[in-house]
Amino acid sequence: MTDIIDILISASFWAAVIRIATPLIFATMGELICERAGVLNLGIEGIMVIGAFTGWMAVYQGMPLWGGVATAMGAGMLFGLLHSTLTVPFGLSQHVVGLGVTLLATATASFAYRLMLPEVTSPPKIEPFQPLDLPVLSDLPFLGEAIFQQTALTWAAFAVAGLTAFTLYRTPLGLALRAAGENPAAVEAQGLSVTALRMGAVMVGSGLMAVGGAFLTLSAFSSFFFEMVNGRGWVCVALVVFGAWKPGKALLGAILFAGFDALQIRLQQTDLGAVLPYQLFLAAPYILSILALILMSRRAEVPAALMLPYNKGER
Amino acid sequence: MRLEPIANPSTLRQLGLPALAIAATMGVATLLALIAGADPFATLGQIATGALGSRLAILETLNRATPLIFTGLAVAVAFRAKLWNIGAEAQLYAGAIIAVLLGTGALGSPFVLPVSALAAMLAGALVLLGPVLLKTRLGVDEVVTTLLINFIMLLFVSYLLEGPMKDPMGMGWPKSPALIPEARLPRIVEGLRLHWGFGLALIAAALVWVIQTRTTLGYEIRAVGQNPAAARFAGIPVNVVLLKTALLSGGLAALAGWSEVAGLKGHLSQDLSPGFGYTGIIVAMLALLHPLGVVVSALFVAGIFVGSDAMSRAAGVPTYIADMLLATALLFMVLAILLTKFRMVRG
Repeated sequence: MTDIIDILISASFWAAVIRIATPLIFATMGELICERAGVLNLGIEGIMVIGAFTGWMAVYQGMPLWGGVATAMGAGMLFGLLHSTLTVPFGLSQHVVGLGVTLLATATASFAYRLMLPEVTSPPKIEPFQPLDLPVLSDLPFLGEAIFQQTALTWAAFAVAGLTAFTLYRTPLGLALRAAGENPAAVEAQGLSVTALRMGAVMVGSGLMAVGGAFLTLSAFSSFFFEMVNGRGWVCVALVVFGAWKPGKALLGAILFAGFDALQIRLQQTDLGAVLPYQLFLAAPYILSILALILMSRRAEVPAALMLPYNKGER
Repeated sequence: MRLEPIANPSTLRQLGLPALAIAATMGVATLLALIAGADPFATLGQIATGALGSRLAILETLNRATPLIFTGLAVAVAFRAKLWNIGAEAQLYAGAIIAVLLGTGALGSPFVLPVSALAAMLAGALVLLGPVLLKTRLGVDEVVTTLLINFIMLLFVSYLLEGPMKDPMGMGWPKSPALIPEARLPRIVEGLRLHWGFGLALIAAALVWVIQTRTTLGYEIRAVGQNPAAARFAGIPVNVVLLKTALLSGGLAALAGWSEVAGLKGHLSQDLSPGFGYTGIIVAMLALLHPLGVVVSALFVAGIFVGSDAMSRAAGVPTYIADMLLATALLFMVLAILLTKFRMVRG
């Protein structure tokens, strides 16, 4: 117990929580935008992989770091275009297409990696984003280390969460997007195109997922590994449900989740870690995700038209 | 632009569009080979000869197809009922664990093979039962739960192989002890790698076909998949049907792991499955969820994998080309299936 308290009062723990939460925030917001418009995007896992790969490769080829982020975003949007073309106008099963996109994106990353670096055994490193040195704030005792020594991408993640909430609830576009996921016929009656809204949402959402992936290579690890996304995408799908499709709650969920993740890493080094198998700690995030889904299932606030293809002129 | 149902799709449309999907995938293969700087025709030829060019190559393809037939059937029966079982990978490992648990001396001949096969099926079914109960009782989407269980199961296997199931003679390598000879599936031809797991997979496909076309359960599964509300209205116990489907699906996926251990590897290791559970989804979709089609598409997919391995050694095109082709084939195929039933009209 004292171990846990020691961990909770260390600044490095809270810094890790925010760091671990960053990719989850990007990808969860991306998924939330898709689902709010009525499209379940199970391409998320693969889109995060392609984002991690393209962002890293772009920088390795000499682009600036923000160029890498933009490249990842573009690649994510491309796969979002593929996903939404098949699921929105064609109305194909969002489950099957999403899994197909995940497989295709993951395979594309692996194929391109081997093609571009055929002989490499250990992936080359790039110079990643450095923590921002904020005047005064970064030097604060405890808080400075815990919160204010993060990279620009982390700040961007929080900004994206705020922007998502603002757009969804405070702008006409957000209203239209939410309506596309709740009552597409009403959107059509307003003279707006459900197809355009949904496709746009999936593309923007996928772009954000890819940036979440790119955070892993451009900020957290500085090189690319095949298994680096490792289920984070699926966890984000669970986080959207946990957040009841609301950006604020989803953001909180991502931080809570990252907190457990950071805690289990540290608990492995304590007496508890000596008794329990380390695999149990590694499985904790997935077990937590399932628990979150169970907990939230009772008060489902699912967008009413989620996963229902909309065909103009049909009710 | 919108979709308009076609009342009576022509045979040409029903066969031509899937064929077009395969042709389009070949087009992508050509493109990828060009990008990799290889001669595309040579590359496609090398994939074909790598998969079918010799007796050994053919046997390797059949071997590789065996777990894919099982996982493909598992996915096909579940998807028929719109039960999105993405957890075949976890169910596969459940079967593999049972094969080791019962096959390393706990049970003697002559019971060990049938008993461990049945126990494996039960274990696989149990792994899927949880997510399906969550779906029917609480409305938790089974896609995410079955996916997450895959990760948990792999970690559980890793724990077993480093702890309770670790082979003391394994030189520190995380693998299980070897099965006793009585627990091994015999080879179909002595001296060659092909084992009776392949025969069992064919029998399983035939049985699933019989269940789907000749039994009430098969009819109920189809009805639930087409329209759960209508099925419920017609008095079909939808949740019971989903549970039965889950038992069948999980059991079939478990046989994939069981037969890989009992037939091919002889022990359990963490790399037992290079994603057979996920590839099963592609196999099932390419087969249009038809159990006998699963055999054909599993052979096709296995051929792509085995052929790509051989081609990669010869032409230097990364083996990941196989994954890209199969993902592309999956997407083209679902589109082709749709276009057999609908046509695009402007408006």
